[in-house]
Amino acid sequence: MLKENLVLIGNGMAGVRTLEELLKLAPDHYNITVFGEEPYGNYNRIMLSPVLASEKTIEQIMLNSEDWYVANGITLHKGKKVGEINRARREVIATDGTVAHYDRLIIATGSVPFMLPLPGADKAGVIGFRDIKDVDTMLDTASRYQHAVVIGGGLLGLEAANGLMKQGMNVTVVHLLDTLMERQLDKPAAAMLQKSLEARGMTFLMEHSTAEIIGNQRVIGVRFKNGTEIPADLVVMAVGIKPNTELGKSAGLYCERGIVVSDTLQTITDPKIYAIGECVQHRGIAYGLVAPLFEQAKVAANHLAKHGIARYVGTVTSTKLKVTGIELFSAGDFIGNDKTEDIVFKDAASGTYKKIVLQDNQIKGAVLYGDTVDGSWYFQLMKDGTDISAYRDTLLFGQHHLGDSGHNPDTRVASLPDNAEICGCNGVCKGDIVKAITEKKLFTLDEVRAHTKASASCGSCTGLVESLLAHTVGGDYSATPKTKPLCKCTDYTHDDIRHGIIQHSLKTMPEVRSHFEWETPDGCPSCRNALNYYLLCAFPTEYVDDAQSRYINERAHGNIQKDGSYSVVPRMFGGMCTSDQLRAIADVADKYQVPTMKVTGGQRIDMFGIKKEQLPAMWKDLSAAGFVSGHAYGKAMRTVKTCVGSEWCRFGTQDSTGLGVKLEELTWGSWMPHKFKLAVSGCPRNCAEATIKDIGVVCVDSGYELHVGGNGGIKVRVTDLLCKVETEAQVLEYTGAFCQFYREDAHYLERTAPWIERVGLEKVKKAVVDDAAQRKALYERFLISQQPAQIDPWKERADGAEAAEFTPIMIEA
Amino acid sequence: MNKWIEVVELNKIPVLGSRLIKTRDTAIAVFRGSDDQVYAIRDACPHKGGPLSQGIMHGSTVTCPLHNWKIDLSSGNALAPDHGCSNVFAVKVEGGRVYLQL
Ligand code: SRM
Ligand SMILES: Cc1cc2nc3c(=O)[nH]c(=O)nc-3n(C[C@H](O)[C@H](O)[C@H](O)COP(=O)(O)OP(=O)(O)OC[C@H]3O[C@@H](n4cnc5c(N)ncnc54)[C@H](O)[C@@H]3O)c2cc1C
Ligand code: SF4
Ligand code: FES
Repeated sequence: MLKENLVLIGNGMAGVRTLEELLKLAPDHYNITVFGEEPYGNYNRIMLSPVLASEKTIEQIMLNSEDWYVANGITLHKGKKVGEINRARREVIATDGTVAHYDRLIIATGSVPFMLPLPGADKAGVIGFRDIKDVDTMLDTASRYQHAVVIGGGLLGLEAANGLMKQGMNVTVVHLLDTLMERQLDKPAAAMLQKSLEARGMTFLMEHSTAEIIGNQRVIGVRFKNGTEIPADLVVMAVGIKPNTELGKSAGLYCERGIVVSDTLQTITDPKIYAIGECVQHRGIAYGLVAPLFEQAKVAANHLAKHGIARYVGTVTSTKLKVTGIELFSAGDFIGNDKTEDIVFKDAASGTYKKIVLQDNQIKGAVLYGDTVDGSWYFQLMKDGTDISAYRDTLLFGQHHLGDSGHNPDTRVASLPDNAEICGCNGVCKGDIVKAITEKKLFTLDEVRAHTKASASCGSCTGLVESLLAHTVGGDYSATPKTKPLCKCTDYTHDDIRHGIIQHSLKTMPEVRSHFEWETPDGCPSCRNALNYYLLCAFPTEYVDDAQSRYINERAHGNIQKDGSYSVVPRMFGGMCTSDQLRAIADVADKYQVPTMKVTGGQRIDMFGIKKEQLPAMWKDLSAAGFVSGHAYGKAMRTVKTCVGSEWCRFGTQDSTGLGVKLEELTWGSWMPHKFKLAVSGCPRNCAEATIKDIGVVCVDSGYELHVGGNGGIKVRVTDLLCKVETEAQVLEYTGAFCQFYREDAHYLERTAPWIERVGLEKVKKAVVDDAAQRKALYERFLISQQPAQIDPWKERADGAEAAEFTPIMIEA
Repeated sequence: MNKWIEVVELNKIPVLGSRLIKTRDTAIAVFRGSDDQVYAIRDACPHKGGPLSQGIMHGSTVTCPLHNWKIDLSSGNALAPDHGCSNVFAVKVEGGRVYLQL
């Protein structure tokens, strides 16, 4: 079959997108020839604003390099302007004489900046903002001159003004009306925008009408109708664009504002000629944004490929301003009329404004300023005509407020803007993560953590990062495997290894590593700590703790601070204390000149800023006063929080403080898979917050409710009720049994909350509640493990153990 | 300058652990590997100055106690993807004693 000739006039965003769509559908249908007036391949015109602001380079905004044309067999005449279309002979003729014959023709000549017909508008230094040439002129002027005047306070004008300001110029924006961006913003949002741009140093002359551009060859100033003048070395006219219909008109195609086209993007005059992009007028509208042009491109390509099924019926548009640091979103009819209602939120202090225009419970338009995270969501609801009555009350709070039901996190994360912060700890935005995933070809969570630090700290954003991965790499993404190896040194899981240790009686770390064929000789900080705990738990009376396999907090028995000093938290059983004890702590604090003291959230006293060398001496004094370590630093039993209880409180049903002290005496010193906290409340008012602890006892008239598996922290989890018991002795036995079951079953660094969610409450109940024999056995084992554990580590060290750890070597040098 | 100074006996450094050496104006962490190889590095993490002597050693790497950067003890370089470097010092073991070149 003989190929037909397709010619494209206008090597811009709409035209080339049409070719790309066409090549996907019918790669061999046409011999393609392209004429472009600009001397480049196709570039992303939208990104000229960031180029002007030095946030991007020209290379970074190229969409189709010249190689692309070659690879697809397209003849590119760059730098050649078409001056004539001869429809009778089906030829286009460029101004340099190049001729091309067409069977079908696409006109995509875009638009031209509207230049106000003012006296002096032809002087050097008066330009529009449309192409690379204009940006070059602006950059060059900025390097040599001081004063820039931008006429027009719309989207384009403000982006130009922002860029010029970034290049160091004094910029004045002249606007005819009293509010900026009147086509995208209502008055309150426009006022906020103006204020923040002024704060950055932009000057505005509102309600000013330009009368004349003054100067000789080159512009030197601007005069207004009110007679005032300001100096100007550069005048950028950004008062609007005008569809570039010059060529269409001269070829006799019917034009109004733009070249008039049908729903298949064919000109109504000549069906062999298509027109697309900003130069056309479709159903009365000439668009000035890329989203509609790309939709047009799809339809035109479909028709050119002779599929003939697509129709273009118009596009609802939305806009954002590309000025870094300013968040602004607008869509649809955001002003409203007498049939519509507005929902408005405004907080001038935080710079947030949201307005949604509703009609018959559907969104008709929206303006967001400051917080635009939900812009795409509103836009979608608007396009879909969704009935929002069910969540009208919370609509302004955004999509996350709806909860997860019905909103898959994948789509939620996909709709977030690039600058949405995903990882709060490390300040990593969505854009950074997506960029790292695509550029560095990352496929796993670990890789993303390593390269971006996202989800590498507190981990609360792990789910979002996984969704982003899934969304960005699509089918290639392999979700985190269900059975995770203990660490990178081995393929075996925590459970494999825990069972192996018992079954094969592996009593030292090297034995474990060689049995399970470790890939590293010494292991890594993850597995060393885990193995040390597993061995200690399995062989409490035999295993010799390996200090070098403990995190420094546990090795030094204090929390390391950001300056390398340590904190000291003595245990105060059940939060109870005497005046003598408080005095002893005060004396110690004075003696060691403790810089800061604080009452902790765990009902005891923290002393901060202690030098490591001082720790043993300080502990000695505390020990002499009867204190032991509070283990505030350990994967260990931490605190038992109590409330006042029946001794004093008018509502108390049982002695919660007394029971708390007994529980702490039972459990203190115990090493655990993770930190472990208890609380006892004297009645269901629950002042000790027992229902967010690993074990929470709630006293009631008839006895004690035992709650388990709660925690505060990053993800709050309320406890599950384990059972109800009648006596204090039972509370102690069940507690010891529960502790031991957790110690023997959970993975290292798995707190009771995620552990119970993983294994299920039933399993725990079976072992600790239903099976009395097993409970007794667990309790026995707990008591055995507590014998060596309740030797106070502080006292041991105060008496000289591990002295080297606390003694630096001083040398003269 | 640049003379070798005896600082500690090898067996006074815990295996896979360190001792902190303080001179008049600097602090140096001396580590001992499981193969008795010895390393000396300034006791300050290239990230935010964390005390590397308090970190966990594995192979010839130490993990900083503050934010888990991993530092190669023979070169002082942070392992990828982090960037940074801490001074290392020449160190040798002779007759069971550790010498630093300062
Ligand atoms: C001192 C204290 C804050 C205070 O002044 O009140 C504190 C201080 C620290 N907490 Fe906490 N937590 C303290 C009570 C709490 C509480 C409140 C409580 O226990 O009632 C919670 C929420 C309840 C809970 O644990 O469920 C709490 C939840 C956390 C978490 C999040 C745990 C989670 O499962 O999500 C961490 C991070 C971790 O453990 O990985 C954490 C970690 C930390 C660390 C250890 C951070 C670190 O690794 O360096 C802080 C040490 C500071 C220092 O240098 O001493 N801290 N921390 C409290 C000590 C209590 C005590 O007497 O031992
Ligand atoms: C600074 C700036 C920022 C923008 N920001 C956004 C934004 O944030 N969002 C958004 O949606 N849109 C934005 N736009 C608008 C967007 O760039 C245009 O909608 C889009 O580029 C129009 O595509 P087009 O193909 O119709 O025209 P163009 O991309 O302008 O392509 C037309 C091409 O045809 C060439 N040409 C014209 N006449 C002839 C001829 N006779 N012979 C040969 N070649 C000819 C021109 O040189 C030009 O290269 C922005 C525009 C600018 C200038
Ligand atoms: S909340 Fe806890 S971990 Fe966070 S800064 Fe306070 S003490 Fe430190
Ligand atoms: S100071 Fe070492 S990792 Fe931050």
